[in-house]
Formats: sequence, C-alpha cells, structure tokens
Amino acid sequence: MMQEGLDDGPDFLSEEDRGPRAVNVDLQTDATLQVDISDALSERDKVKFTVHTKSTLPNFKQNEFSVVRQHEEFIWLHDSFVENEEYAGYIIPPAPPRPDFDASREKLQKLGEGEGSMTKEEFTKMKQELEAEYLAIFKKTVAMHEVFLCRVAAHPVLRKDMNFHVFLEYNQDLSVRGKNKREKMEDFFKNVVKSADGVLVAGVKDVDDFFEHEKTFLLEYHNRVKDASSKSDRMIRSHKSAADDINRIASTLYTLGTQDSTDVCKFFLKVSELFEKTRKIEARVAADEDLKLADLLKYYLRESQAAKDLLYRRGRALVDYENANKALDKARAKNKDVLQAETSQQVCCQKFEKISESAKQELIDFKTRRVAAFRKNLVELAELELKHAKGNLQLLQSCVGVLKGDT
Amino acid sequence: FVTSETSSAPMMNLFMEPASEASSGPMVDLLMDPASDDLKEPPKPDINPLADIINDAPLSEVKTPVAAMTQEPPSDLFDDEPSELFAEPRQSNTAKQQQTSIFDEPDEDLFSEPLGEALKKPQNDVFKEALAPVAKDPTDIFTEEAITTLPSAVSTVSVNSKTNGVHSDEEEPDIFAEATVELSLDSPRNDRKKKEAAKPSASASAPSVSASASKPQPKTLEELIIAFHSTGDGMNAYMAYKVSTQTTLPMFRSKTFTVRRRFSDFLGLYEKLSDKHTLNGYIVPPPPEKSIMGMTKVKVGKEDNSSAEFVERRRAALERYLQRVVFHPSLLQDPDVREFLERDDMPRAHNTQALSGAGFLKMINRATDSLSKMTIKMNESDVWFEEKLQEVEAEDQQLRKLHIMVDSLVGHRKELSVNTGGFAKSVAMLGSSEDNTALSRALSQLAEVEDKMEQLHQEQAASDSFCFAELLADYIRLLGSVRASFDQRMKTWQRWQDAQNMLQKKRETEAKLLWANKPDKLQQAKDDITEWEAKVTQYERDFDRVSATVRKEVLRFEKEKARDFKKQIIKYLESLLQSQQQLIKYWEAFLPEAKAIA
Repeated sequence: MMQEGLDDGPDFLSEEDRGPRAVNVDLQTDATLQVDISDALSERDKVKFTVHTKSTLPNFKQNEFSVVRQHEEFIWLHDSFVENEEYAGYIIPPAPPRPDFDASREKLQKLGEGEGSMTKEEFTKMKQELEAEYLAIFKKTVAMHEVFLCRVAAHPVLRKDMNFHVFLEYNQDLSVRGKNKREKMEDFFKNVVKSADGVLVAGVKDVDDFFEHEKTFLLEYHNRVKDASSKSDRMIRSHKSAADDINRIASTLYTLGTQDSTDVCKFFLKVSELFEKTRKIEARVAADEDLKLADLLKYYLRESQAAKDLLYRRGRALVDYENANKALDKARAKNKDVLQAETSQQVCCQKFEKISESAKQELIDFKTRRVAAFRKNLVELAELELKHAKGNLQLLQSCVGVLKGDT
Repeated sequence: FVTSETSSAPMMNLFMEPASEASSGPMVDLLMDPASDDLKEPPKPDINPLADIINDAPLSEVKTPVAAMTQEPPSDLFDDEPSELFAEPRQSNTAKQQQTSIFDEPDEDLFSEPLGEALKKPQNDVFKEALAPVAKDPTDIFTEEAITTLPSAVSTVSVNSKTNGVHSDEEEPDIFAEATVELSLDSPRNDRKKKEAAKPSASASAPSVSASASKPQPKTLEELIIAFHSTGDGMNAYMAYKVSTQTTLPMFRSKTFTVRRRFSDFLGLYEKLSDKHTLNGYIVPPPPEKSIMGMTKVKVGKEDNSSAEFVERRRAALERYLQRVVFHPSLLQDPDVREFLERDDMPRAHNTQALSGAGFLKMINRATDSLSKMTIKMNESDVWFEEKLQEVEAEDQQLRKLHIMVDSLVGHRKELSVNTGGFAKSVAMLGSSEDNTALSRALSQLAEVEDKMEQLHQEQAASDSFCFAELLADYIRLLGSVRASFDQRMKTWQRWQDAQNMLQKKRETEAKLLWANKPDKLQQAKDDITEWEAKVTQYERDFDRVSATVRKEVLRFEKEKARDFKKQIIKYLESLLQSQQQLIKYWEAFLPEAKAIA
C-alpha cells in the first residue's frame, strides 16, 4: 500500500520519540556492541528493517555493518533464546509485536471509498491525518524492534549468542519462515500444557523467601499492568476521537464563515482557525500519552510476562530437582540404578542452582530497569502534558482576546 | 397590530417542529450563569434591550422596574441566554424596551413609548411570572419568583433593555422613553434571560422551589426567569415551571409576578402567537421540542444524570424561548403573551398534545402546506428576498451539520471522561502493587491526576453541550421560523395573484354578459367586479406590508443572531480556557512527584 521509504535514516526517529530504545529500557549502551535500526521500509504487507551494528568485538568481520531483516527473523531469534536451555535462568527480552497496519489501512480504504461524499478540503485533511497516523504506527513498530535488539545487546550473556551474531551479520536472507499452521497449532498446545504446568509449579511453595515474594508480586503486578494497559488504550482512543471531532467542527465552521463576509462570518473563520490549531495540539497530547504511557505499560506487560516465564522455568527446575531427589532416594532404597539416579539428581541440582542464581540477579535488574523506565516516562509525560496545555491555553487566550476586541 | 390581530387562518405551526431535525439537544446550560448576567439592562428606551436576548444574557437583564417599557430590541429574540433572556424588564407602554435582543435593534424598544399604552405594559411582564395574579399588570416584570411548582428556570424576563440586546448594555434605560407602539420583538428577549437565570433545580420528584432568580436590575424591560419544579407522580406527573417576571412595563399589573406553567402551556403560547403573527411575516420564536422519551424517564422518577440533564436543558430552552418572545417588541404587545406571563391559571392547551386530534390536524395541515409551498412559483420582483432565502437555507444546512458534530464531540468527551476514570483506578491498583515505594507513590499520584482529569472532561463535555450544542439547536429552530415567514410572504403574494385572476375572470364575465345582452345578471357581475377590485387592492397592500415586515424581521434576526453567536461562543471558548488552566495546575503538581522517583 503505502510505500514509505524513510531513507533519511535517523531522521524519522529524530524527534522526541527517537530514543524509544532507551525509553522503556534505560540501557547503558556499551561501546563494544551498539545496535540500532537505522532505516525501515514499509511495503505492502511487511516491513523491512535495516539493522545497523557498530562493534569492536573480534567476533565480527567488520567494525560496522548493516543487514536487512524482517519481523519473522526477530521472532526466530527470540524463540531461539527461549528454547535454549542455557538461557533458562535469564529473563528473555520480550519479542516485538507484529507490525499491525490493518486498522490504519482499513481507515485509509474507507476514506477512499467515501471520497465522493465530502468536500475536497475535508478529504485532504482526513487523508493527511491518516497518513500521520500511519507514520506514527510505523515509528512505533520500529522502536519496539529496536528495543528488543538493544536489550539483547546489553545483556552480558545473550549478546554473545551465536544466533544473535548471525542475525546481525549475515547479509543474506536467513530463510526463516513464519510458522505454518501445524507449527502454530503445536505452539498453541505447548502453551496450554505450559500454563497448566505453570499452575502446578506455582503451587509449589518455594523455600526461598525472595522467590516466593517475587512470585506473588509478579503475578499481581502482571495482571494489574495488563488492566492498566488496556484502560490506557481505551482512554487514548477516546481522546483521539474527540480530537477528530474538533477537526470536523473546524471545517464546518470554516464553511459557515466563507458564506459571506459579514461580521459573523469573520467571527466564524477565526474560531475555525482556533479549533484547527487546538485540535492539532489535542492530537499531539493523545499521541504523547500513547507513547509515554500506553507503550510503557505495554512493554512492561511483556517484560513482566518474561519474568514470570523465568520464574516458571525455575519452578520447573525445582520440581525436577525434588523429583530427582525422590528418585534417588527410591533408587538407594532399592539399590538399583543408584548411579544413574545420582547423576540425574546432580544434573537437576546444578541446573536448579544455576537458574536460581542468575534469576535472582535478573529479577533485581528487572526492578531497577522498571523503576528507571517509569520515572523517565512519567516525567516526560508530565512535561509534555504541561507543554501542550500551555500552548493550548495561549492559543485560546489570544483568540478570545481578539474576538472580544472585535465585538 | 400584532397583538390584537386574530388571524383567521390558523397558522400552521410551522414552528412547531422547527428544530426537529436539529437535535434540540439538551440545551446546554447556557443559562448557567443566569443570575448574574440576566439582569443586564434595565429597559432602556433606546437601548436594545433585546439585544441581549441573543446573547446569553442571563437574567441579569435589566430588571428595571417597569417604569417604562423600554423597548427591548427585538434582537433578543434569539438571545438564548439562559438566564437573561428576559432579563430586561420591560417597561411597557411607551418606552421601547431596549431589548438587547439578538437582533440588536437599537432602540427599537417597544417600550420606548410611554407606557401610556396599556398594551405595551403587560408585555414587559411577560417574563416575570410573578405569582401575582394574572391580571394584566403592565409593569410587572417577572422577577424571579421561585415557584416551587416548576423548577423551571425562573427567568426573570426582565425586559431590561440592557441585557438583551446587543444594545446598550448598561444603560439605565428609560426603555419606555420613546414610547412607540412598535411591537418589536425585543421584549421576549428579556424574558428569556430570566428564565435562564433560574435554573431548574428541583428534581423530578421533589418539588423544590428553585427560585433563585437572578437579580437583574430591570430598568424598564422585563426580565423573565424560569425555574422548574415538578409535581404530580407517576405518569401523571408533570413538570411545572415557574416563570417569574420582573418588569417596569406599565402594561402589567404589577412589577414582579410569578406563575406556574406546564410545558404544554408554552407550546400553546407558541401556537397562539404563531397563528396570529406569522401571517404577517413576523418571525415567531419556536419553543423547544416535545420529547416523549425524555419526559417519560423523568416521570418514572429515574433519578440519574440523564434525566436531570434533560430537565435542566428543557428549562433553559424554555427560558430562552420566552425571553426571545418577550424581546420581540411586537410579540410583547400581544395579550396572549401578557396573559401567559401573568395569569394565574391558564386553561390547559390540549391541542398541543402530540397524540391529540388537534395534533393530527396540524400534521395534515402542515403537509398540505408544504405541498402548496412547492407549487407556488413566485415572481420575485425583489431579489433581496430570493437571496436571503438562499442564504438562510445554506446556513440551515451548515448549522445542522455542525450540530451533529458537536453532539459527537460531546459523546466522545463523555466517553473520554469515563475511560479516564477507569484508567485512574487501574493506575491506583498498579501503584499499590508496585514494591518500590517512590514509584508506588508516584503512580498513586498519577491516579489522582487522572481522576481529576475525568472530572475535567466531564465538565468540558457539559460545556460543549450547553454552550455550543444548544445554541446551534436554538438557531436551527429559529431558521425554521425565518423560512416560515418567507413562506408566508409567498402565500400573500399568491393570494394577491389569485385575486387578480379572479378579477380578470369577473371582468370577462361582465363583458360576456354585455355582449349577450343579459341586463339582469349584469348588475351582479358589476358588483362582483367591485368586490374583487377591492380585494385586489387589499391583497396587494397586504403583500407589501408583509414584505416590509419580513424584511425588517430578517434584519433584526440577523443582528440578534450575530450577537448571540459571538457571545455564546466566546463563553464557550472561555470555558475551554479554564479547562486548560486546570490541566496545567494538575500536571504541575504531579511533575515533582514523578521526578522524585528513585
């Protein structure tokens, strides 16, 4: 549909929503490995991201290079982390959501169909708005993919992952295809089993207070973030609708104002102009709220899920360990396959302890990151709200002043 | 001429459904600040008291004692200032109340004429429904009398010239200074203001007397305020509106008086006025629409926001309506208006009921009328009328569109308010489960801010509705009235043409008889010719007269409209402004909390 080549690389990210990667995640970028998405292209039904890497690590052939990746390849990378047993003890950075332009496309289509029923100005205006909306969604999806890569790059262990390096460097198509139906079904079942298992595992009381506390905390937190995220979305949608209405009102006032040149008409024109401007501000407010609040909540919804997954894995390992213990005891009692039982018990014990240790650190880091991200975003949100409200106020004051002066 | 004329032809209540399309959305409480504003100007003779009618002159309209029926500039017809519609006390009689009516006709105060004219006097009081007896007290201005019966807005129909109209705002009007017998529609304006001033406060069930009438200082014009009050129970319940008038117009029996009226009474008044005056090309202001849904909810005793809102909106609309009527210098002179304002007990206007026989008859008449409208092809000699009509129609179209959009905005803002509230609660929950104390506190602060925003959005939506949407609805209805007056002119033209044709025929008959030499029938033919010659002359004069009236009315209307719109919209923008100021306060308080997160 819309071909958008944002070739002026950093430009489209150059506004305040530029550093989304830092926004939610507050990472310290390490000079040894810096990753970002320098460009993106939106084609009919996919988005092509240009992943740009700067690194001093010896693993890479060059110090700076770029490759083009699509969403499926990001998912592939994420899944490879999840499936890797070695990483069981880490919070896997949540995968970016699929780029979703459906809603925007639909609106654009409807606009095209309804072209005949509105005036030329109205049509142009609405088209511009939809294009702006499209652009905003586009920027957001780029930001989210970037955050994912940056999180991986900042993680001391994950950054060394082989798949990650391939992802960054291999400049051919990774031939990663999206999951076909059967695989999706398999996934679905896996998830069902996992949640059932999760419930079982969660039921096991943890000896360690820290983890016990974290479990309860994360469960509650995750649910509440989910609720807050959906409510914030709803609120912002209403805000956008109201701004749209003001836009239409402005157009109609304009029409009224151009009917002749009496005083009243001039008055209407001025008011129409005012509404045009205030509505732009309102739309910005909604967009900023979306970015600073809604996106923040969405991100932490995903992260808290990842943290929960970590706890699940640990719980699973604990259960396995306890089962291995029991098996060992049984074997010892029967004096049969004792060695085997011992080895397996050792393995389980090691696995469990490894996970526990790294999990503890990960969860502490998660908390720090979260607090920092919230702080940054809430401060920015408040500042933006103030900025826009003041702008709005000024507009209104000057307009009222002019109008009163006229009458 | 307006008042005494009893038009034979029942005027189709063209105005009855004026704004049927225009969603007569709940009239926003334009009348919100009635009290203060209404009593704007005391009727001043030369001031256009009605001018304010168009503005939202709350009842602050001048409540000058009806010393002189100041002329209220008819401009107030459209001044739907909730409270002030009738703020101007009208001095009936001589002084033309300066009706700061919408039409802002300067000094077309009905009341400028000395109150000598008894006719004028009562006009002022139209708005003041004092509890005074219905006697026609010329100078009764409707002071706010809170009749507990109807919490209708007590509109002090002060025919203050000041308030209404665009004219003179604070002139102490000797509204009746120049007593001219013009029945300008200034006065109604004042009344309306008053009505608006008194907001209905009674809930459906409780008879509360909300008389908080505004205290305009009516100078000469009347002030009209309507407060409401409900009576009865169950499906028999009805809302009684207290109409208070304060006036200095001598044509009313007392200076302040209040009466109780039902909604159907208002409609009845409109019917009467319309029947009499539309014929002559006057623009008779239309009342708000009937709403079976709305009233039923109220009757059933549903105590919730929507029914409270409905009641308030209706009260405000009624107030504005009366104020416009009173602001119109000509209408003010009509004894029906006076009676409406003054008389204690009025016969029920049954034929205004939706499902009555009269109602059906009306509908049928209206249909035939519109049919005949289509077939009249007028030979327009004066292009001014043609152009004006086109303008009116274009404007009507735009206003309707605008109204729909404003309604949509109101809906979305209400939705935003609800969603913000939901979000606030959600954030509070999140904050309570957050284990970092500073962040937890910040989140609960955020929840509070969002809570306040919910409130803010709610208020803003109300302002959108009452300031803006109601204004548009009023004007959509009024434009219907304007169109009707044009139609009326066309009808008189048609009648004249028909008479000319008839005369022609009679002459031909005479010629035929002469030729056929039938002297006995000749005399009859000659008589016929004389009769029809007279009719042709009469009808031509009528047409000219009506044309002149229509023209004058339209000009007045335009002035009122200009004033009204400006005033209301500025008020609306100011409310937006206040919202933003509040917003800034809230976020400024929050910012340090956010920064304190560690």
